[in-house]
Amino acid sequence: MSVYNQNRGGIIQIIIGTIFFLIVGQLVSLQIVSNKYKLAADNNAIFRKIVYPDRGIIYDRKKRALLENTISYDLVVIPNEAKGVDTAALCAILQIDKAEYSKRIVEAIIKNTRVKAGVFEPFLTAEIYAQLNENLYRFPGFSLSERSIRSYPYNTAALVLGYVAEVDVKFLKEHESEGYEMGDYAGMIGLEKNYETVLMGQRGVKRFLRDNKGKIQGPYEKGEFDTVAVAGKNLYTSVDVQVQQLAEKLLQNKIGSAVAINPKTGGVIAMASSPGYNPNLLTGSQRRKTIGRLLLDTSRPLYNRAIKGQYPPGSTFKPLGALIALDEGLITPNYGYNCFGSYGACGDPRKCEHHNAGHAANLQLALAYSCNSYFLQVFRMAIDNPKYKSAKGGYVKWKEYMNAFGFGRKLGVDLPSENKANIPDTAQYNKDFGNPRYWNSCYMLTLGIGQDRMTATPLQLANSMAFIANEGYYYTPHFVDSIESETQEEAAQLAPFRKKQKVTKIPKEYFDVIKEGMHDVTVYGTAAFIKVPGHEYCAKTGTAQNPHGKNHSLFVCFAPKDNPKIAVAVIVENAGYGATWAGPIGGLLMEQYLNDTLTKESQLKADNLAQVDLMPQAIKNWYAQHNKSAYLTPIEYNNDELSDIWDMEMLSEGVVKTKTKDTAPPAPLPNTDKTNKDSLLPNTDKKKRLNP
Amino acid sequence: MASNYDNNFSKGTDLAVIVLYMLMACIGILAIFMVEYNPSTNWITSFLSGKTSYSKQFFFLIFCSFVGVFILLMDSKVFTALANILFASGLFLMLATFVIGKEINGSKSWIPIAGGFNLQPAELCKIFTALALAKFISRPETDFTKLKSHLIAGAMIAMPAILSIGQHELGLALVYSAYVFAMYREGLPPVILIVLLSFAILVIATLLLDPTLLAIILTIIAGLILLYFGKRLKRNKQIIIVILSIWMISVGTVRFAVPYIFNNVLECYHSTRIYSMLGKDYDCSLNQKAAASLAESGKKSRKPDDYNVKQSKIAIGSGGFWGRGFLKGTQTRGKYVPEQNTDFIFTSIGEAFGFVGTFTFLGLYLFFLFRLIRIAERQRSTFSRVYAYSVVGIFFFHIAVNISMTIGLFPVVGIPLPLISYGGSSLLTFTALVFILLRLDADRQMVLR
Repeated sequence: MSVYNQNRGGIIQIIIGTIFFLIVGQLVSLQIVSNKYKLAADNNAIFRKIVYPDRGIIYDRKKRALLENTISYDLVVIPNEAKGVDTAALCAILQIDKAEYSKRIVEAIIKNTRVKAGVFEPFLTAEIYAQLNENLYRFPGFSLSERSIRSYPYNTAALVLGYVAEVDVKFLKEHESEGYEMGDYAGMIGLEKNYETVLMGQRGVKRFLRDNKGKIQGPYEKGEFDTVAVAGKNLYTSVDVQVQQLAEKLLQNKIGSAVAINPKTGGVIAMASSPGYNPNLLTGSQRRKTIGRLLLDTSRPLYNRAIKGQYPPGSTFKPLGALIALDEGLITPNYGYNCFGSYGACGDPRKCEHHNAGHAANLQLALAYSCNSYFLQVFRMAIDNPKYKSAKGGYVKWKEYMNAFGFGRKLGVDLPSENKANIPDTAQYNKDFGNPRYWNSCYMLTLGIGQDRMTATPLQLANSMAFIANEGYYYTPHFVDSIESETQEEAAQLAPFRKKQKVTKIPKEYFDVIKEGMHDVTVYGTAAFIKVPGHEYCAKTGTAQNPHGKNHSLFVCFAPKDNPKIAVAVIVENAGYGATWAGPIGGLLMEQYLNDTLTKESQLKADNLAQVDLMPQAIKNWYAQHNKSAYLTPIEYNNDELSDIWDMEMLSEGVVKTKTKDTAPPAPLPNTDKTNKDSLLPNTDKKKRLNP
Repeated sequence: MASNYDNNFSKGTDLAVIVLYMLMACIGILAIFMVEYNPSTNWITSFLSGKTSYSKQFFFLIFCSFVGVFILLMDSKVFTALANILFASGLFLMLATFVIGKEINGSKSWIPIAGGFNLQPAELCKIFTALALAKFISRPETDFTKLKSHLIAGAMIAMPAILSIGQHELGLALVYSAYVFAMYREGLPPVILIVLLSFAILVIATLLLDPTLLAIILTIIAGLILLYFGKRLKRNKQIIIVILSIWMISVGTVRFAVPYIFNNVLECYHSTRIYSMLGKDYDCSLNQKAAASLAESGKKSRKPDDYNVKQSKIAIGSGGFWGRGFLKGTQTRGKYVPEQNTDFIFTSIGEAFGFVGTFTFLGLYLFFLFRLIRIAERQRSTFSRVYAYSVVGIFFFHIAVNISMTIGLFPVVGIPLPLISYGGSSLLTFTALVFILLRLDADRQMVLR
């Protein structure tokens, strides 16, 4: 019988072979073809812990830290382990009720699942931190986690510095390849945003092996694949913190903006936009309650008027109009216009502020007295320049000059969302007046005195002053002069700021005339009463009409006259004459920068100016309606001498504050002598006023 | 060749099988070591403490080696003589478990014996059934071409299988189908196998397809076959009857038998596993047993998932081509695969040594099986041959089903990987199976009855 069925042994071998072949086939598919199992395995077993480096610090020109890092503590919870918590005690410490407690636990589960730590209460105050630390054993599953937050020792330059905030879904989508994760922080506006890659440093990743219960077993592969966190790099800016503080202080209770540039480098010395806010209000636990109010405020404190506000330059444009006409050979410095208080060559007469004969007998005089008729005439000559055959041709050339001066285009400052303001295109006039054959210089006459549709940002105005101060070139305005241990890539990012922008070929002698005229403005002209102790300076006032109420007060200037070190533009909205409001602000800023201090007299003037309330009535009404007078209250600007006291003060306010990169846990509340503190701090009711 | 019969055990025994046996058992200990390894403790001390699975398995192996030597020293005739008695006592023990059995992991198939050890009669019955089957077929009066013989043999196999199902040991019950190899070799007509296979395909199709659609497909197939026979149908009415009855049985299976088995006979988790293997969800609320236990316990039935298979596939798949390396498997160290040192031991090999390792490992098994077939074919006595093919069948079934379930080709049934999985009972059974075969093979020139 065995012989009879012998072949069946072979068949059995074939069956066994086939099954083994199938198994090998599946193994090929699992182990060789598909890599999803490898990923799934890593997901299972490798726990990635991201190590956040310290963000870079931003310094001013004298290496004073405009912002620093501070350690704050969050209360975090792992919902699965939060069993047997003394909820009553915890709620009492955090001053929440039980419903809120369960709500937050649910939130933590939704955000970070049951097994991962989620934030229960962010940014603990020193007091609550101390209480929790003592009682933590009563709250299983809860722990205190350290996090680095920004602090601003000088309370200043909020909009320039910007803020960091938790990234949202939109941000993650836009920066997909950059490795951000939910819960990360990133710079949202200002320098924090523009230099995000430099400031944030390189996050480190530590890999741990974890078991099926989520317990860490130890480092994965002995840390072979771990990357080290590299701290963010520091930025060295051209900002002068004292000038910046002064600018913000002077603009208090007003709507407006001030920009100061160092013409020799293009570095921005100060950039203020008012109303502003204290940057410390947008960090830590205060952020939550502040940000909404800032966003809703009708005076738009988050709107950087210095780079986004569009203002008619008014008379501050006149020096540039003259430069164009000089360069085109249409006038000489001796050109005069017989003005008797109005300009009627285009029908409807345009008013001039001066009546006395000969106030526009030459360019220098016309600048000093800011004669409207003179510059209207000069503008018309530029547009109707026979060289270009038509008004359109002349206008195109004129616009070319304007763009060269930095108007009607983005200057490229290192802040996000700069506005290019407006120098109208011929197309706009074609649209309004029909065929270019039908329009001429009279149609846009007031462009000649910086009105009509011409608008400029304060930054552009300041830059135009730097251009005149330098006699024909400027450096792109910027904040960051250098980056700590600059790489080639970073140098390339800063390269545009280090390149001289020689945009015109206007000869030096024309600039000399303009400078003399602008100097005369400060000697016997419209700004004669504004002095910078110890320095001769050049300036031009402006009073720009605008359709939304009172005239804007403008002032542009640079100093010293012969070796300009600072160029300033100041705008106070709806304030009136340029010389009255914007002028003194510009003067004080120059004084502070050039002398590094203010004279007693100037100090007094500054204090008075800061008190002047020029808020438009409409905004005041809005505040009254919404019961939010808080933002009109001034920010308390401390400076070097006060910084030590400031530390204590911050502690007493509950913001845990340590020196830069100091990771020591916060000290318990210091027993500050109340009376002593009062004597040192002029405004002890600051807290009350900032957080009503 | 009487000298062969009288000699010491080394003569005539197949050394290759012994070497392979030892090799596999050592790989097993190593695999268990990989599962249990903990870098924070010294493995030598934990090995010597004897508390870890790998040290226990090591001592099991030493014990089994003694058993092996003991078997080799026995007389071959003992096995033929005792085959029926052993089988009967095995069945008796299995029945006894229903009374004095101890429940371990949800199956009441263990009899506690002295020293904290437990005996699983169903495991022993594998050996006894093999011997009894060999004894039955090798009887001179058995004509294995007859249907009657097939039925008797089938009944011999079915008895322990059914008892195993009664003990909630589906895996062990399935193992008894492995004797089909031996029966086939001895003349079981292939038609029976083909019918059984078709039936299996029909059951799987039932699970995969919509029953109505399947009924339509079956009807169309029947119609086509009728068309094919065409004119011959008029002459031979019997064909119509045969075709129609097959059609009716098929449709009946699809519509009634399969749903009945899945909902009323199998446990909820069995049904779920079989369905999930095919990529489908099984609704446990249809299951009578689940409903009964639900009513009993009052607990809400938890939705069972295919966690085991998923983790097992991840572990094996993450090995890649070369593997992660000895003791470097993250899934193994993280204990992601449940039951990893017993039923899912293959995953630790797959993760550590990758495709190269698993391929080599399967090669070893294949070589082992083919070697056993070679041994089977060189037997003079039918008894030895049937027994040998039974051993081949049992080994093959265990290997194929165990590995297939870890890589997602077969539903999860709890059967160990021969010689590799942790467990003294299982190691002892396979040792006995192999060494009895070696003993018989040493006397291959004898005709045993």
